[in-house]
Amino acid sequence: MESISHSVTLDADKCKGCINCIKRCPTEAIRVRNGKAVIMSDHCIDCGECIRICPNHAKKAISDPISIMKNFKYKIALPAPSLYGQFRGNRDANVILTALINIGFDDIYEVALAAQSVSDYTTEILPGARALLHGPLISSACPVIVKLISIRYPELMDNVLKIITPAELAAIAARAKAVEETGLKPEEIGVFFISPCPAKITALKHRIGYNEPVVDGIFSFSELYKSLLPAVAKINEPKDLSKAGIRGIEWSYSGGEGSAIGENLFVAVDGIDNVIRVLDEIENDKLSNVRFIELNACPGGCVGGCLAVENPFVARARIQRLGITMGDKKCNNTVDSKFLEPKILNWEKTPECHSILSLDSDRGTAMRKLADIEALYETLPSIDCGSCGAPSCHALAEDIIKGTALESDCVFKLRERMGTLFHEMAELQEYMPPPFREVKQ
Amino acid sequence: MSQVLTQKYVVGADDFAAAGAASAAVKKTLKQLNFPVDFIRRASIAMYEGEINMVIHGGGGVASVEIYEDCVKIILTDKGPGIPDIEQAMQEGYSTATDSIRELGFGAGMGLPNIKKQSDDFEITSEVDKGTTLIITINSNS
Repeated sequence: MESISHSVTLDADKCKGCINCIKRCPTEAIRVRNGKAVIMSDHCIDCGECIRICPNHAKKAISDPISIMKNFKYKIALPAPSLYGQFRGNRDANVILTALINIGFDDIYEVALAAQSVSDYTTEILPGARALLHGPLISSACPVIVKLISIRYPELMDNVLKIITPAELAAIAARAKAVEETGLKPEEIGVFFISPCPAKITALKHRIGYNEPVVDGIFSFSELYKSLLPAVAKINEPKDLSKAGIRGIEWSYSGGEGSAIGENLFVAVDGIDNVIRVLDEIENDKLSNVRFIELNACPGGCVGGCLAVENPFVARARIQRLGITMGDKKCNNTVDSKFLEPKILNWEKTPECHSILSLDSDRGTAMRKLADIEALYETLPSIDCGSCGAPSCHALAEDIIKGTALESDCVFKLRERMGTLFHEMAELQEYMPPPFREVKQ
Repeated sequence: MSQVLTQKYVVGADDFAAAGAASAAVKKTLKQLNFPVDFIRRASIAMYEGEINMVIHGGGGVASVEIYEDCVKIILTDKGPGIPDIEQAMQEGYSTATDSIRELGFGAGMGLPNIKKQSDDFEITSEVDKGTTLIITINSNS
């Protein structure tokens, strides 16, 4: 099995061992042990909900230090479409793109431009893919969704649109363009994605559907903001760098991808809890008349990413205003057609699915374990207090049967045992050995 | 020795918001027990359709699910109005659902035929004014 790697991690010094994250995690991937939150790697989908909820800011996303840029002779920034909504008063994509050049990049390549090409390709293959399927085609643009499907809805993996993401396509095209223009070797060119979320960081380091990484580093919005904000403010005469239309930039919020592929029968869902509800409905065959479904783990779509700076509603409104200014200019621009080959666009492999729900590969054993879990659960207080370090009484029951927790980890169970012990001690204290009591002969 | 796990769910009448909760719970159980993907799909669709039927037509009822190592048996019992003509009810597109229910996206007359399609063995008994019972069996090796 592939080793699992994540960009969501814990800053142990800041963690107070409270129960906020364990209760918020949609896959019940976190337990509190020895005063600190512990993330179970095979359950984590990098959604960033724990980063959002942690009151002590102890959960963080690991991106690359900006200093790695100096390892490359020529540096290209790939701004995610949601970056366009992060700056106040901005009505021109060129301002942000020029600011990226001014803070040290040699060139930029808009992910939004690649998004337009990915949209075209989706439109092209949608009818054929749908004909082989039951139910809607599910977008693979949000890596959290693909991870979630692989661990909780393996049967829906067939429905996933198995194609490249805009960031990956942009990276491939950007490097090739730079090699051509500069004469440098591919490895002398640094391609850096600017990410609104930890899931995209993980998915570019350990790609889904492909083997070889295509970027050299990933910086988060929040990291770059400190230098980008003053750079944006200083620009009076932006360079003419923008090639993407609003059709690609709109991918940044929920519904943008669906509208970019020109599909009428699509549904867009955002927020991880809503996504889970809808995946359940797809499993129940309730959405069989929907042709395409766009799922975004973050509220509002990528503008709601937990590494974005601006609140998602404001960011979305800004991008919509940018769209009014831009009109439909540049919407038909695409990545150089030599990159629009199925060999590049289609996944090389389907990710491994491993259900995290399965209790045992042997059904008889799994049934015995489940019966034990249910019997044990009946004896727990079912108030889901979290004091045991598990997110719910049911999760504790599962942990106990799996052998990773003890019944006395439940404070109520512990109290019960102490009560029993206390009564036994009281009884013992009353007990008189034969030399001190009357014994019937 | 063959084991069996039994789960019982009470399905409320006209409670569309909660409809699907029982089938979701059963689906989770089947995933925990490592049943094949296609088996889980068939079982959850059949159970979901049956559950919705109990909500719309049956005035609520009880879903009893028996899980064996190689099959699942879903018994849905309601004390609703019953079905006067089962043969007619089994035809695709036939429905007695009211317009207000159709507006919610239900009542397309596909429920019972779809349940039968998903199951390996399907029994339906019904008595007017007494209620309806469905016994749905799905085998994991079929």
